[in-house]
Amino acid sequence: MIRSLPNTKVYTGCYKLAIYFYFALMFSPLVIVAVLAFNDSVFTSLPWEGFTLDWFVANGPDRVGFFHDSRNINGVITSFNTAIFVSILTVIVGTLAAFLFEQEEFVGKKYLFFLFIAPLVVPGVILGISILSFSNSLSMFIEGIVGIENSTSSSLHMKILSPGFWLVILGQSTYITPFVTLVVIARLKRFDRTLEEAAYNLGANRFEVIWYITLRFLSPAMIAGGAVAFVLSFDNFNTTLFLVGSNPTMPITLFTQVRDGSTPVVNAISVLIITAVCIVAAINLFLADRKAKKSGR
Amino acid sequence: MKNSSEKNKLKWHFWIFFIPVFLWILLMFILPHADLVRLSFLTSDFVGKAVPTFQNYTNFFTEPIYWLTFVRTAVFSIVVTLIDLAIALPVAFFIAKVIGVRYRGLILILTMLPFWVSGMIRVYGWITMLRESGVVNSFLIKTGIADTPFQMIYNDASMVLCLSYVTILYMIIPIIGVMDSLDDSLIEAAYDLGANKLLIWFKIIIPHCVPGIISGSIVVFMYAMGSYLTPALVGGKNSLWFTQQIYNQFIHYFNWNQGAAFGMLLLVLSSLIIIITLKLSKQKLNEVVAK
Repeated sequence: MIRSLPNTKVYTGCYKLAIYFYFALMFSPLVIVAVLAFNDSVFTSLPWEGFTLDWFVANGPDRVGFFHDSRNINGVITSFNTAIFVSILTVIVGTLAAFLFEQEEFVGKKYLFFLFIAPLVVPGVILGISILSFSNSLSMFIEGIVGIENSTSSSLHMKILSPGFWLVILGQSTYITPFVTLVVIARLKRFDRTLEEAAYNLGANRFEVIWYITLRFLSPAMIAGGAVAFVLSFDNFNTTLFLVGSNPTMPITLFTQVRDGSTPVVNAISVLIITAVCIVAAINLFLADRKAKKSGR
Repeated sequence: MKNSSEKNKLKWHFWIFFIPVFLWILLMFILPHADLVRLSFLTSDFVGKAVPTFQNYTNFFTEPIYWLTFVRTAVFSIVVTLIDLAIALPVAFFIAKVIGVRYRGLILILTMLPFWVSGMIRVYGWITMLRESGVVNSFLIKTGIADTPFQMIYNDASMVLCLSYVTILYMIIPIIGVMDSLDDSLIEAAYDLGANKLLIWFKIIIPHCVPGIISGSIVVFMYAMGSYLTPALVGGKNSLWFTQQIYNQFIHYFNWNQGAAFGMLLLVLSSLIIIITLKLSKQKLNEVVAK
């Protein structure tokens, strides 16, 4: 049953077969999507009509490949920009929160922490509609103060508060910040506070201690948190759905295409994403292996 | 003297952390949800003025289409959770206890790899496989198992399949976590005393895994309840998901008051289901979330 216990051959064989089947099931949709990106056909289905790179590079008139498809290119660029801003914002707020909840003591800390991580369990759709309705109420409130005539679409509050790029960033960050905080807190818990005391004794103030010692120690966790934030933002659908403006992110453009009938361009984008993911996974595996070898020495 | 200056210092950096985080929680979580509650108790009268009402909530209970959609969503989310659990237990056990330690890192990466790819693309993969012109149909016809292609998506079964597929990792990871802490010698002892595999599973392994199972179930259940993409793409014409009702109210009918009420109902009712689960299994939320 477990490594140390004897098993019949049939049992072990069946178990292994079931696990292989599980992994086959997990990977087959992705493999098929990737393979069909190279099929020389206007439909994303078999039969195999021959190999082509049209869905990446073709430039009309019958076929428009990904690299010439402005709608999809824009979607990917928007997603990238969104994810970068979300990572920066969530790492800043997340680290501040990690310090607050891990190193400070105050009345009601437990309840504030609960409110802070609550977005983790609130469905994304609800975060989306709450941010949407609040930003709408807020912009109406500001309109009441500055006057409607001053509230053109180019004024700052309209830019941030109407559905679009900045509102998507804020909406995604509500839900991603707790993840970053949990990653940073996990490392902060292992921080040896005698290092701080030593620095105080040597005459450093609180700011210097945080800047030169604690943040240096935390930087791997902040980078990891930023990476998590990037991935979560890039993949986010539910919250983004309600907050997008005229320039939607990639998951939203893909969704509309798949819903309304797609060309293999969607497969081409999938190939690029799957490749990127595999590269990251390989790097991850390589680093873990090197680390294991180092510690094993 | 020194004491008081140190106290001032403490206060100073406390506020540096406290003010932005507090403002963040207030502006990004408390006020938006308060606004949602406010909206849900308002309705537009015939001149378009907002008046307070309970109408949006009574609509939910008096119109069968609304509460039936909710019940459907909840029941199917529970089904998805149970399917995930049934698959995740043996897979997690394999990773935690059966496979050689050398391959563990590799197989963990392989388990997570499909989930790093955008959820949108994973659902698209199943659509490519299962639709009428899909890969599975081509295969069935080529091998002579079927004569004519048949539609395998746009029904409840395909929806449950896809939801289970996109959520299973959230069940596997916490269960691996608790299985790692299960001492092998307990299983060995039970084996030596003559227990069979089934007995070991139900008397030793599963009881030990309860915290991980509950934690995974909560995440999977909430994810399934709150998902929009999968039911919209592979669900049938008649299989509306509750999030689609919310979306329709907000985007199609532009009835934000009704949509806000549905949102609050989804939040409250799904939280209730989770609280009941926690009570029944005698677990605590903060312990489960920490897993």
